[in-house]
Amino acid sequence: MIDLQAFLNTADHFLLKYFGLSLFKSLVLVGITLLHVAYTTYAERKIIGHMQQRLGPNRVGPRGLLQPIADVLKLIQKEDIIPSCVDSPVVFKAAPLISLVAGATSLAVIPIWEHFVVTNVNMALLVVLAMSSLSSFGVILAGWASNSRYSFLGGLRASAQVISYEIAMALALVGVMMLAGSMNLVEIVKAQVASPFKIYAIPQIIGFFVFMVAAIAETNRTPFDLPEAESELVAGYFVEYSGIRFALFYLAEYFGMIVMCMLAVVCFLGGWYGPFEVPGVPFFWFLLKLYFLIFFYIWVRATLPRYRYDQLMGLGWKVLIPLALLNIVITGLIKVMA
Amino acid sequence: MPQAVEIIQKQKNSDQWDEPYLVNMGPQHPATHGVLRLFLELDGETIVRCDPRIGYLHRGVEKLSENLTYSQAMVLTDRLDYIASAANNVGYCLAVEKLMGLEVPRRAQIIRVIVCEMARIASHLLWLATHALDIGAMTVFLYCFRDREWLLDIFEEICGARLTVSYPRIGGVRLDFNQKIIDELYRFTEEFPRRIPEYETLIDVNRIWLKRTKGVGVISGEEAVNLGLTGPSLRGSGVRYDLRRTRPYLIYDELDFEVAVEYEGDVYSRYRVRMKEMREANKIIRQCLDKLAECEGEPVIAEEAPDLLIPFSKPKRPQPAPHPKKGFLVKSVEVPIVPEGEVYFAIEAPKGELGYYIVSDGSGHPWRVRIRAPSFVHISALPALSEGQMVADIIAVIGSVDIVLGECDR
Repeated sequence: MIDLQAFLNTADHFLLKYFGLSLFKSLVLVGITLLHVAYTTYAERKIIGHMQQRLGPNRVGPRGLLQPIADVLKLIQKEDIIPSCVDSPVVFKAAPLISLVAGATSLAVIPIWEHFVVTNVNMALLVVLAMSSLSSFGVILAGWASNSRYSFLGGLRASAQVISYEIAMALALVGVMMLAGSMNLVEIVKAQVASPFKIYAIPQIIGFFVFMVAAIAETNRTPFDLPEAESELVAGYFVEYSGIRFALFYLAEYFGMIVMCMLAVVCFLGGWYGPFEVPGVPFFWFLLKLYFLIFFYIWVRATLPRYRYDQLMGLGWKVLIPLALLNIVITGLIKVMA
Repeated sequence: MPQAVEIIQKQKNSDQWDEPYLVNMGPQHPATHGVLRLFLELDGETIVRCDPRIGYLHRGVEKLSENLTYSQAMVLTDRLDYIASAANNVGYCLAVEKLMGLEVPRRAQIIRVIVCEMARIASHLLWLATHALDIGAMTVFLYCFRDREWLLDIFEEICGARLTVSYPRIGGVRLDFNQKIIDELYRFTEEFPRRIPEYETLIDVNRIWLKRTKGVGVISGEEAVNLGLTGPSLRGSGVRYDLRRTRPYLIYDELDFEVAVEYEGDVYSRYRVRMKEMREANKIIRQCLDKLAECEGEPVIAEEAPDLLIPFSKPKRPQPAPHPKKGFLVKSVEVPIVPEGEVYFAIEAPKGELGYYIVSDGSGHPWRVRIRAPSFVHISALPALSEGQMVADIIAVIGSVDIVLGECDR
């Protein structure tokens, strides 16, 4: 007879230690991030509204606070239309999921607090970069599978854009890796706080700049929102999507935005450390920095026009990548001198 | 050119993709300013051929006017360039007045200039808003609408309508300005020059904006003349042609304003021309308001102006013979109100030269009305402006020539 109690104990122990805790953490993290995503859309509409001298959402709930929830409910109810001319229904259905899953997976390795990271892997930085590249696969596949001219152009633009900006972003992060001597995000934060400037945004100012620009391009936001260029390609790659799949693309975009902002906070702005410790809320500073960066994203969107496709590529290859390389050289010199 | 459906069918069946990549832009598209349909042949993102298709907003304005009296047909002109309807009305009225040989009172002429220039500012503001939105600058859009709203409110105060004003009448204008309108217009002309820099700081110093507009959709002055471009689109290519100066009508020859000209011929210079024109229009309104005070209390409609329902003709008793025979009844003879003949009159509308060609057979209805709409000509120039450019540029080009489909399709 099997010792049930012992088995349960072991299982309990095992699950709790290696699986349960991670699962619990992931659930908490995904839940919190989803809430953040929902209210980032609200914040975006509200902030842009005020920047443009209008009110923004103000009908559903007090000050329109329930608007994101109403939006989600509405989109879930909508019919999920799959056009009859779709090239491959399977790919068409899977594309938004690929985008979203890849976008959300990066959350697993980003430390919100010293003791709150779902999986503390040593190659965390690479994981984030890999996932953000994968997320653009969803865009490309959606563009291809839709079998629509606008979607196709949008998908092509996305692939070109991701290739060029991925390089710039990775190169911008090389400086951080060199200074920290690690690719583990927790280590990077700790090394950062131990460094003379406390944050890497100061010695790595070029890297920070390149990273932020590339991150905007990576997440397809204005002024680099060419794959979904509203005025020329209508909505680009998700022109044929409707209902919840359409919402998933938006979700992926905002997930990507939040992940990129988190990465910037961790790599350049000193993570969860701040001038003083806020009792009870260990990730207070992390969230504050995160909100600031998200506000910056929204601000950019309200201000800037859109680049043209060839100009975007020119900016990536002729300005950002050389700048990132220069940053690596300078960082190397600093490293040698010190 | 084969139909889009055929080509899609062909591409589906053949293994080789040697057909050109065709994109059907419009008629339902956010950036074609209405229901313009463009058939684009692409090579990558470069436009090889651009084929505009029009007619989705055809309402038969010209034909409809033949069944209406001259005064009734004026209401249809509101729906041409519905963004600057006051200018259309004025152009039409001037054409009919020329046909009838009517003299318009001075006060009415001044008021007409004011509403024309208000329409110009409103039209240019909407143009700037949509043009900026096409290029991706969302905030400018709402800033422009804020100020346009102000103008529309003034229009509402003047005549009760905001968009389709139908304010001028054949022989003058419908109502005189009251003091409230004049005060509001003074306030507007004071404030508006301060608003223009707000838009300019948002886009004019922006590198992305400059990159998107400079050197895009270039057209030389000679080519522009050959294509028949008029208005700001022509003046952006360095041709100093403005009907308000070259063939002055109303009281434009008394006014002090500059004709805005830029020499590059690209999207950016057309943008600059319109920004300058808004300032000049503001100046004109200001001068007219001062002139309006000089002729306070004068009539705003000519005495011999026809009624709204122009009768077929009006009875006129002929001079009786010096010694009528006893028992002879003098019969009245019908004399046409609108004499027989034809007339062409063009004004400088916000979009360009807006011409009315009217043929009269002496009855109360026009026998034929033909409208020379600037948008129609500008759309025909789109292929020349956009071929060899990128897909994103055609959006900027469409925006820069400022088309309204209501006017194009009529």
